[in-house]
Amino acid sequence: MNKASVDHMHPTKPSSSPKSTNGLLSRAFRPREKITFTEKNVLSVAGVVVFFAVWITVSATGLVPAFFLPAPIDVATKLFRIIAEDGFLFDIWASTARIMGGFFLAAALAIPIGVVMGNFPFFRAFLEPLFGAARYLPASAFIPLLIIWLGIGEDQKWAVIFIGVFFPLTLMIADTAATVSKDLVNSAYTLGAKSRQVFAKILIPACLPAVVDNLRITMGIAWTYVIVAELVGAERGIGIAILQAQRFLQTDQVIAGIVTVGIMGVITDIAFRVLHRKLFAYLY
Amino acid sequence: MASIAINGVSVAFPVAGADRLALSDVNTVIKDGEFVCLLGPSGCGKSTLLNVIGGLVDATAGSVKVGDHHVSKPGPDRGMVFQNYSLYQWMTVLENIEFGPRLNRWPEEKCRDVADRLVELVNLSDFAHEYPKALSGGMRQRVAIARALAMEPEVLLMDEPFGALDAQTRTRMQELLLEIWTRAKRTVVFVTHDIEEAVFLADRILVMGTRPGRIVEEIVVDLPRPRTIECVASAEFAEYRRNIIDMLRH
Repeated sequence: MNKASVDHMHPTKPSSSPKSTNGLLSRAFRPREKITFTEKNVLSVAGVVVFFAVWITVSATGLVPAFFLPAPIDVATKLFRIIAEDGFLFDIWASTARIMGGFFLAAALAIPIGVVMGNFPFFRAFLEPLFGAARYLPASAFIPLLIIWLGIGEDQKWAVIFIGVFFPLTLMIADTAATVSKDLVNSAYTLGAKSRQVFAKILIPACLPAVVDNLRITMGIAWTYVIVAELVGAERGIGIAILQAQRFLQTDQVIAGIVTVGIMGVITDIAFRVLHRKLFAYLY
Repeated sequence: MASIAINGVSVAFPVAGADRLALSDVNTVIKDGEFVCLLGPSGCGKSTLLNVIGGLVDATAGSVKVGDHHVSKPGPDRGMVFQNYSLYQWMTVLENIEFGPRLNRWPEEKCRDVADRLVELVNLSDFAHEYPKALSGGMRQRVAIARALAMEPEVLLMDEPFGALDAQTRTRMQELLLEIWTRAKRTVVFVTHDIEEAVFLADRILVMGTRPGRIVEEIVVDLPRPRTIECVASAEFAEYRRNIIDMLRH
């Protein structure tokens, strides 16, 4: 029985407990104070509502001219119009396909290299300085070089995403792979496992859930770089749609493009979470 | 079953360039089927000594013999149970227990038999197909014990296996452990910093001290077996406990 219900049973007792059922606002500034499931949802919705309320107010009052900041409804209308009339879905698909190419290429290399780095200090020592430095190289700075090397076709876009994702992802995977408890390894050795078996049957399955989480997090980087890569020149893509809109001063379309990236980000995030639950049902 | 002979074992770890002695010249013989507790404060090297017996830590000097074999690496003749987090989360209770036998390519039927028998021994038949996530702390440690027993080890090495459990669960686990030990007679080396736990479980307690880690005293616990939790209330039990507290004070 929690403290709150005890207080209900003895209403005459003065409540000194910090956990008493005060209003939500009075608990807002207490560190680590729990909120209920309903309160959490209400607050989450409230955050979104406040954001749009500010936006609507600012554009409706003319505080910022519609040319610079169109109202949400205008952006939404524009979004539907470019989907219906300009084939914006093809742009979305073009960007998504690029991400799949560059991101999965990066993941396909980062997962084995990261897992090896995380579990074999020998290889970690060998590779870490290179990767540690490479992580700070901005993928966008590689674009001129990549254009010289690869031209401005699809492979150049893939390469930008690859460079942006591969290095940080590898290091994240190396770190999470290294955190697998030593006790798991030792118990397997005491059960007669050879080091190859410890790696294949214990260390790899033990770090997979964290690896998939790492993929989810670095997916955000991929969405950033696909837009940058497309700004250089592409037939279709969300980035190119944004760039063209800017040339014609169509602020509503620029914002519609940005919002679309946000929506796609949320969708991929949810997809990864669902995948995580499916693959690692034993953790839930 | 096997006896354990520890001869002049020292372990030094390099700390900040210099070697620090974690264990200094430990000598003892643990008899066949004996239940021995290594008791002492943090930093006395009790876990290090256990790991040397288990083959997970190399002795800097001296040697350990289990039965007729010199210990040089971990092996299925010495089952180990750790304090926590050592279950394979992606395997069910049964799969965890079967892990050793399958790894060593025992015949299918024998793997099944061993796992079924052990899951029953630790009272987890109803949870055989659950994943560790769904189990309480006490249940998880029972799986860990069953998994260590699956390879039919001659020696069972336990590193504060009940340290993270609440008091009631710990008591029940101690009773269960003694029951298992009686039924499947094995040499047990059990590391703990809990005096009552050591007195309740052990035939003999090796009290260890720090700086450097070493055995400072040896106490034979002559309480009648089978021991149940009632024995904790006896005058003899209190006597053992007081003696050890005095011993650890200076």
